[in-house]
Amino acid sequence: MPEPLIRIVDLKRSYALGDVTVHALRGLTLEIAKGSMIAIVGASGSGKSTLMNILGLLDRPTSGQYFLEDQDVSAFDRDRRAELRNHKIGFVFQNFSLLPRTTALENVELPLLYNGRGSRMRDRHEKAMELLRAVGIGERAHHAPNQLSGGQQQRVAIARALVNDPELILADEPTGNLDSRTSVEIMEILQRLNRDSGITVLLITHEHDIAGYASRVVTVRDGRVVSDEPVESRRDAAAELLALPPVEAEA
Amino acid sequence: MDIHETLRVALRAIRRNKVRSALTMLGVIIGVASVIAMIALGSGARASIDQQIQSQGTALIYLSSGSFGGPGRAHQGSGSVQTLTIEDAEAVAREIPTIARWTPGVRGRSQVIAGNNNWNTQVEGGNEDFLAVRNWEVAEGANFTARDVLVAEKVCLLGATVARTLFPDSDPVGQIIRVRNMPFRVLGVLRAKGQGQWGQDQDDFVVAPWTTVQRKLLGINYIHQVSLTARSSELVEPTAVAITRLMRARHRITNPENDDFSVRTVEEMAATRVQMAETMTGLLMSVASVSLLVGGIGIMNIMLVSVTERTREIGVRMAVGAKTRDVMRQFLAEAIALSLVGGLAGILLGVAVSETITHSLGWPVAITTASIVIAFAFSAAVGIFFGWYPARKAANLDPIEALRYE
Repeated sequence: MPEPLIRIVDLKRSYALGDVTVHALRGLTLEIAKGSMIAIVGASGSGKSTLMNILGLLDRPTSGQYFLEDQDVSAFDRDRRAELRNHKIGFVFQNFSLLPRTTALENVELPLLYNGRGSRMRDRHEKAMELLRAVGIGERAHHAPNQLSGGQQQRVAIARALVNDPELILADEPTGNLDSRTSVEIMEILQRLNRDSGITVLLITHEHDIAGYASRVVTVRDGRVVSDEPVESRRDAAAELLALPPVEAEA
Repeated sequence: MDIHETLRVALRAIRRNKVRSALTMLGVIIGVASVIAMIALGSGARASIDQQIQSQGTALIYLSSGSFGGPGRAHQGSGSVQTLTIEDAEAVAREIPTIARWTPGVRGRSQVIAGNNNWNTQVEGGNEDFLAVRNWEVAEGANFTARDVLVAEKVCLLGATVARTLFPDSDPVGQIIRVRNMPFRVLGVLRAKGQGQWGQDQDDFVVAPWTTVQRKLLGINYIHQVSLTARSSELVEPTAVAITRLMRARHRITNPENDDFSVRTVEEMAATRVQMAETMTGLLMSVASVSLLVGGIGIMNIMLVSVTERTREIGVRMAVGAKTRDVMRQFLAEAIALSLVGGLAGILLGVAVSETITHSLGWPVAITTASIVIAFAFSAAVGIFFGWYPARKAANLDPIEALRYE
């Protein structure tokens, strides 16, 4: 087994909601291998969003440890977590989370502005353009999000997630707002990134058929892992796309 | 995020809400314009006062009959009592060594006539040093002499206004004018000084030997005033004190409230005007600071609205790696840009306003680089001070909450 990218040990997270303490994670242990594509499945309220926030370094656990590339990041402060997010993690959200009234190109460049390398504007444009072409919307680079379809917006979001060459892509319900064909297209990109570039992809979803694109499915319920199994017949988005009838125009 | 990028983002945010940004800037614009106008007005007023002091002579002291009295007493106007004599003037000049020159003064209004032209003007009497003491120059012709004064010769010098009115087409020098039916020969014309400190025409008068004016024109045996100059401007105060002491001794006055004379220096008179100018400046200063304060609060308010409106944007920026200081810097830059653009507009407005004011009052324009730098620094300070809290608020948002914000 390849070395783990992520190792979490007995992770707990509880919130104080008034007088009540809500235990979102109740001691969760998990390892995610470098280069794998794994789906975390669970109903709403299962704790999977909390887990994803902690894995994405947006939040800190109440107790337990989180090792990212053998470094215990569970006690990192705001700014160190921001830096790690910038360098190691790319986010793909259900609602795309692009900046409004800002072109696709500038949205993709956004993480470059915070990477502390002070790259030049021309280099940033080049890198962003290259990624937009890689996800298939190079010709829409100067459109604002409201001029793009949902699928196109999610492609911009994926390009943005890739721009700092991350180790990990965290995709939180990436197809939740998309129709089924577009969903397959997005999954095709994610599978391709995982296979060709060796980027670890973590899918968070409540749809079991989407989880089928991963090689391993972890099911979370009540803040604990209830099952952790490899996918027996993994779906191949590229093959499915070929089988689908061609479309005349994108919705 | 580097400075260039921060600035670009800030300016873009301002451009997106043009009307809102313009209204937000209004307070700063008015405040900064007031600062500029205030400084221009203050220094313009001071410069014009200085100029007038120069035109009168800086070391000038007036000894006048009558006094301003004490509180609660009847004020006798200067010149209304008849106790100031030429002997007083001579004694003062003789016994106080710090006096450089002096001239007695008598005056009366009179109709003056030359040919078909006539004019009502002030006729002043002085000795041969009158021009030197009061800082006048002869433009044409010559001054009268000590002998003219001694024998009460009927000669005179015309102020520029009088000369122009009585002799519109000819050279007045050598001609005769009639004052109360008495013929006076015009010896010369004085160089024009223009408007005085209260806007009066300083050139509207005639000077003749005081002996002539006192005895032949007015028929009095006292004088109205003595004008003296000290040997230097530092000696003005001690000289004024010495004159007061001597005059009290001569008039046997023990209680200063009973003074039948008054001693004033030009600097004292100017001080009153400087005080007035400072009151005005202070008034504008308070308008400016209130306006800057209100403008600053306006900026804070709009920045708080902007932070709320852009909560999701802040969340996205944080998710992709913006640190606390990046977000802080972004919103602070926006607040500062708002106040600086407002400040620039205010500077332009302030320059226009002070140009107009100085032009209409005929004061020297006094917009200095310093005032522009001060105004600019002020508006930057307003931006930093009032932008801090909203920026802090944005920077401390929880990224998860911000991302989820609808």
